[in-house]
Amino acid sequence: METAQVHIPDNAEYRELKKFIDENGKEPGPLIQVLHRAQKIFGYLPPEVQHFVARELRLPFGQVYGVVTFYNFFRTEPIGDHIVNICLGTACHVKGASEILKVLEQELGIRVGGTTQDRFYTLSTARCFGACGLAPVMMVDDEVYGRLNPQKTLQILRDLRNAQTVN
Amino acid sequence: MSIYRTHILVPVDEGTVQAGVFEVKRRLEQKITEQGLGNEVKVVESGTVGIVGKGVILVVYPERMYYTNVRPGDVSLIVEEHLLKGRIPPTLKYASLDIQGGLKSLHNTGLTREQKRVVLDKSWKMSPEDIREVLATGGYKAVEKIFTEKMTPEAVIDLIKQSGLRGRGGAGFPTGLKWEATRKAAGDQKYIICNADEGEPGTFKDRLILEGDPHKLIEAMVIGGYAIGATKGYIYVRGEYGLSIQRMQQAIDQAREYSLLGPSVLETGFAFDLQIKIGAGAYICGDETALIESLEGKRGNPRIKPPYPVTNGLWQMPTAVNNVETLANIPEIVNRGAAWFRTMGTDKCSGTKVFTILGHVEQPGLIEVEMGTPLREIIFAYGGGVAGGKKFKAALLGGASGVFLPEKLLDVHMDFESLKENKAVLGSGAVLVMNEATSIPDMLFSILKFYAHETCGQCAPCRIGTHQLLQLAWKLREGQGRVEDIDTMLNLAETMQRTSLCPLGQSVVAPVKSAIDNFRDEFERAAGHSEIS
Ligand SMILES: Cc1cc2nc3c(=O)[nH]c(=O)nc-3n(C[C@H](O)[C@H](O)[C@H](O)COP(=O)(O)O)c2cc1C
Ligand code: FES
Repeated sequence: METAQVHIPDNAEYRELKKFIDENGKEPGPLIQVLHRAQKIFGYLPPEVQHFVARELRLPFGQVYGVVTFYNFFRTEPIGDHIVNICLGTACHVKGASEILKVLEQELGIRVGGTTQDRFYTLSTARCFGACGLAPVMMVDDEVYGRLNPQKTLQILRDLRNAQTVN
Repeated sequence: MSIYRTHILVPVDEGTVQAGVFEVKRRLEQKITEQGLGNEVKVVESGTVGIVGKGVILVVYPERMYYTNVRPGDVSLIVEEHLLKGRIPPTLKYASLDIQGGLKSLHNTGLTREQKRVVLDKSWKMSPEDIREVLATGGYKAVEKIFTEKMTPEAVIDLIKQSGLRGRGGAGFPTGLKWEATRKAAGDQKYIICNADEGEPGTFKDRLILEGDPHKLIEAMVIGGYAIGATKGYIYVRGEYGLSIQRMQQAIDQAREYSLLGPSVLETGFAFDLQIKIGAGAYICGDETALIESLEGKRGNPRIKPPYPVTNGLWQMPTAVNNVETLANIPEIVNRGAAWFRTMGTDKCSGTKVFTILGHVEQPGLIEVEMGTPLREIIFAYGGGVAGGKKFKAALLGGASGVFLPEKLLDVHMDFESLKENKAVLGSGAVLVMNEATSIPDMLFSILKFYAHETCGQCAPCRIGTHQLLQLAWKLREGQGRVEDIDTMLNLAETMQRTSLCPLGQSVVAPVKSAIDNFRDEFERAAGHSEIS
């Protein structure tokens, strides 16, 4: 892929990212912080966005791609409206996290990394949220849910869906 | 500031937020105003008290009464009975630390048992969001002391050396020596970095310091910067810690306003400023050299050591990397002296240690106690013992790179030296308790899965070895393993220890070897299934 040939649309999202880069790009080693912001804006980091970041920061595309794929936080695929993130860390594991994961996969009909057909939920796993006292733990977007059991897990997912349809 | 007769702490953390702490707080404030107690009773939103899974918690000072599982409907009773009439409503669940005024201590065991708090001394007594409260409770006194008493950087380093403070990030390296080496290293620009990546599963101590007392960390970094000759500091916080990042940033902004950070700290001419950098979810970035790479905006591949960061750190400049908990000790050492610090802990490991108690215990949570406290006391006296009357089987100390300790080692003292004698490590201070029903091969499988996912892929022994180990562990767990596989696993892990590039690959041997050495029969039984075929 040649940077020059990638078409980058001129829209509000890119302008917002450009503004951030202009303000923060002078800091040494800004790449990771810029990618954080880009993902916040776009929801994920498709090749165009990575090219844009590379161009603006004057970095080789390979370096941007290398960083994006190294860190768990960065996603290259679009995701659903909500991310369900289940912790499989040791403290959650002893408290039955793998059972919760099974329940999640069954209820949503997807495997880890997948997104439901209606683009509502994406299922993901984590190593530890630092909320281990509440194990087993999952996060739905920024919200932490602890002391899970299968019923409670299903209830949380269904409540969120219902809340959405009511609105 | 007015004097209040009573303070009510409202600890805000993930658990209490989930349990509805803000509604309780709102009602509490409303009820207090209604009863005309507004000038006598102050409600303070604090960091966590370390008790988790007990719903909304209120702590009433000076009585040190803990109310747990508080529901909004309980608030009237607490205000009318306790605050107004001084009677404890008997229907509510509570525990008291002190025996005072006829109140009986309900808990000799559990997280409300007496602790030794140094790094967490204040985080639950004041609002971390208001620098005026921090200043009023002795915050930034240590920085002031250094400047008013005209302590030289060398004197500060000497003090830290004498205190015997050792790094709490896992390796236990003497902090004073690290600072001295950074100070002496040649370089125009030096850096101090706070390692707040806290990636070890089962650990959340640093988070509670970041959220509960962010100003203490700033104070420590100003002191560290002054001692090593750095004008710039970074706090590398893991991306998952949203509240920590927010509170830390707010604290930095306030500190700048009060001239505690900036071009001339307290008008002394000493320039020092701090910046937060947010991690992106890679365990290996907790390693100091990988962290530095990541700070530079690159993949978090660890560097080959030596050279060490103290001479060739961030941008190849001299850099001191310190853990959050390590730094949080600094202000009190400056305030109260090295001799005071040495009265706590053991000869070779002075001070306190924060432990997170997890897994199958009655009361999961966090405590700060003296270095060298026996493991048994931590699990049984503080954690309340194994939950549900089950029997103890093992404790995993120090997270994924930790060791499995069997029951016969329960009396080990929790300090770097004693643990080393027992082939264990203190690590991050996570104590994960497993009951008799836990399968050790299954636990090891979970840990190896973690390693296979988190290996950075830079060197072959670790990249390939972690996956080989995972496969063998999977076969054992699924009843498809052979007895020989057990020794193959040991062999692999030991080879990785010798040949891996960084401490991640080198440390796999700890959980593998301790699991197999101490629970070999379980692995053999798991392997036994397939012998017939
Ligand atoms: C794989 C790996 C992960 C680590 N994770 C952390 C961590 O999350 N937090 C931390 O403070 N130190 C961590 N360390 C230790 C750091 O490399 C370093 O020793 C420490 O930050 C030094 O601070 P201290 O002297 O105050 O302990 C880790 C080391 C390795 C090898
Ligand atoms: S192990 Fe799951 S939150 Fe820590």
